Amino acid sequence: MNWILRTMDKMRPTFSKGGKLGWLHSTYDAFETFAAVPATTTSGKVHIKDCVDIKRVMIVVVMALMPAFCFGMWNTGDQHAMAFGLQWGFWMKVWYGFYRILPLILVSYIVGLGIEFAVAQARGHEVNEGYLVTGFLIPLIMPIDVPLWVLALAVAFAVIFGKEIFGGTGMNIWNPALLARAFVFFAYPSTITGDTVWIGGLGKHADQVVDGFSGATPLAQLADTGTCPDFMQMFIGNIPGSFGETSTIAILLGAVLLLWTGVASWKIMVSCVAGAIAVGTLAVGFDASLTHLVMGGFAFGAVFMATDPVSSAQTETGKWIYGFLIGAMCIILRLFNPGYREGMMLAILLMNTMAPLIDWCVVRKNIRRREKRAVAK
Amino acid sequence: METIRLHKGLDLRLKGEAQKKVLQTLEAEVVSVKPSDYRNMVPKLLVAEGDAVKAGQFVFQDKKRPQIGFSSPVSGVVKAIVRGEKRKLLAVEIASDKETQYVQFEPLSVSKASRQEIQKVLLESGLWACIIQRPYGIIANPEDTPKAVVISAFNSAPLAADINFSLKNDADAMQLAVDALAKFTSGKVYVNLSAENGNGSPLNLLRNVEKTMFKGPHPTGNVGVQINHLCPIGKGEVVWTVQPQALAAIGRLLSKGIYDVSRMVAVAGPRALDPGYVKCVPGTPMSFFMKAAGVLEDEKLYGQEVGVRYVSGNPLCGENVGADGSLGFYDDTVTFLTEGNYRELFGWAKPFRMKKFSTSRSYFSWLAPKKKYEADTNVNGGERAFIVSDVYGKVLPMDIYPVYLLKAILAGDIEKMEQFGIYEVIGEDFALCEYVDPSKIEIQKIVDQGIDLMLKEMA
Repeated sequence: MNWILRTMDKMRPTFSKGGKLGWLHSTYDAFETFAAVPATTTSGKVHIKDCVDIKRVMIVVVMALMPAFCFGMWNTGDQHAMAFGLQWGFWMKVWYGFYRILPLILVSYIVGLGIEFAVAQARGHEVNEGYLVTGFLIPLIMPIDVPLWVLALAVAFAVIFGKEIFGGTGMNIWNPALLARAFVFFAYPSTITGDTVWIGGLGKHADQVVDGFSGATPLAQLADTGTCPDFMQMFIGNIPGSFGETSTIAILLGAVLLLWTGVASWKIMVSCVAGAIAVGTLAVGFDASLTHLVMGGFAFGAVFMATDPVSSAQTETGKWIYGFLIGAMCIILRLFNPGYREGMMLAILLMNTMAPLIDWCVVRKNIRRREKRAVAK
Repeated sequence: METIRLHKGLDLRLKGEAQKKVLQTLEAEVVSVKPSDYRNMVPKLLVAEGDAVKAGQFVFQDKKRPQIGFSSPVSGVVKAIVRGEKRKLLAVEIASDKETQYVQFEPLSVSKASRQEIQKVLLESGLWACIIQRPYGIIANPEDTPKAVVISAFNSAPLAADINFSLKNDADAMQLAVDALAKFTSGKVYVNLSAENGNGSPLNLLRNVEKTMFKGPHPTGNVGVQINHLCPIGKGEVVWTVQPQALAAIGRLLSKGIYDVSRMVAVAGPRALDPGYVKCVPGTPMSFFMKAAGVLEDEKLYGQEVGVRYVSGNPLCGENVGADGSLGFYDDTVTFLTEGNYRELFGWAKPFRMKKFSTSRSYFSWLAPKKKYEADTNVNGGERAFIVSDVYGKVLPMDIYPVYLLKAILAGDIEKMEQFGIYEVIGEDFALCEYVDPSKIEIQKIVDQGIDLMLKEMA
């Protein structure tokens, strides 16, 4: 394995400042630190450091997304087969899903990482690994039929205006992946709303669809007809929807990993569910509120989006409030907003905006306590 | 006795703990006195090369507070005055005599002596430098009357010296010191013992003090953490702290009239062949400790040669002094660590990293809670912005929001720094935050930078 280190030693001068390709310094550095943990040693008074780093944190999230991703591949194929009356086997369905999602992932990573590398290069920074997760999240929350150029635009918008103008990963206000989705939602609504976008090929070949097949998401069915698929089917996720959001059980598998490793906050997840149930129970009753947990993007949002450590509340008390309000807001939007059936994306983006305010209130209490202590004597 | 339980924090298990035995060694020939040991102090040199000095004679003094001087711990001849860039004074090296000659101060009867008399002898001898004030962790101002004097009777940091062993014969001297310090404060003298082994501590024998037990993982032994729970510091308030080995030195000054700052120092760390204790004075060179404990010179990690780092202090809060450096004035631990100047292929992506410890469950060191690790100085990643928000609070048992304070410091916002508790902390309290940080931010440096800013603005 040492040949990798030796090769890197040989290549480094070319990519260092003053070398032939010195202008690619950050890019080279990104690949080198990806391949091997650098030899930097501590320089302050703390001489030893924990071996966990942001790369590790991010790769855990990517792994947590795998169950939802794998299920999404099968479900995309299955929905397509159902819509067009095809008799496909399991692997054929998976292959179809893979074949359809691959371009989305490639576009997401190529455009997003391209911008990240360019910005890091211009600033002379190291490349942040945050986009490893964002770039994987974005295809998972898009309808499979989203045009690639729309996706590319959305990714560029999210990375530039959601992240880089604030200073990169760790400085952003909104979750960049959701911002990409919101961009598509507002700029190209026809590609992400309606009953025909959720199943591969449905928009283009509507004439070949099996009679009586609608392609509407359960949320839309519920709003339009008052009925929806049964709870178990939605829980398993064999329903139309964005690529990775449909299967609550696959998402829960990811949630287990995130909570076990402590990467995501359990407080946000728990309070998010509590908020949804609380408002749902008041509005439509307890049982109906439970169905909302397995419909649409609620589970995916609660597990992977709301818990984004950067855009969520930073204080532990704040996390309870933040999560609760996301759950509550999501159900309010779903129930009382006639135009749009899904509420999770906007609920999270709204609470991302509010998170600093929540934290401000929590931190304010700490400051007061300190001031009171000074006055007390 | 009240027991305060702290749940936040982390006990790191490292290899190379000092065995409770005194190592045989030769006398150190050259001892240095270093201005860098003292925070916020500009030295004015008082000796020249070739001068003869006695133990307890000033070598330099503080330009801003000339009554505070810094003494030679040994008698001998000034061998060299080491200067760095812009002629900055780095160290005064003193070739030490075989037999130490002390400046004779007048012994005091503590029960009868007044605050002024005690203060005078502490200042004249140079032992005043042992008294550290909070806020800021600088040498106390003799004009202040602190609201309390707080003494931590134990080190909780990994590999740090065990005070129960190193000061076991010094209870009488420490008693004199706490009685003397009681005359300076309007409040109490607090002595904080470890709930684990505090009963056997020599400081448990002290009388006329308020004793409290502290239970929990590191940093419970940090005096700053204890102050935060006993008598938190607000704006305009001052608390003094003295380390136990300095108490013993103060006691010896008061009873015998000599400046004797010798102490038992733990020589520890994974690269020490025979970790144990040695008796020596601050300023003793690293070569002395290397001879005493032995250093494991050749070691390879991941197939690459790795050097040794010589730290005066413990691995979480110490100075990298190099093989030619010396023991700091406030330190009672020397640690020989492995330099982490190796590259680890796909380190972050490996499912297991058996040689490394992590608090994160994305690695598997939680499966072996008793295992001891050979920590090295590799950063294990690149520096990033603050990303993960909940790791810092888990290791800081204080009523403080660490990231908010750190960001206020980075922004240079004095008012916010005050509001978030800059008066209550010094760098060492944030050492664990830096240890666990996946973003690899140099948190302790940021805190130090904040304190420097406060000192500048408040001056």
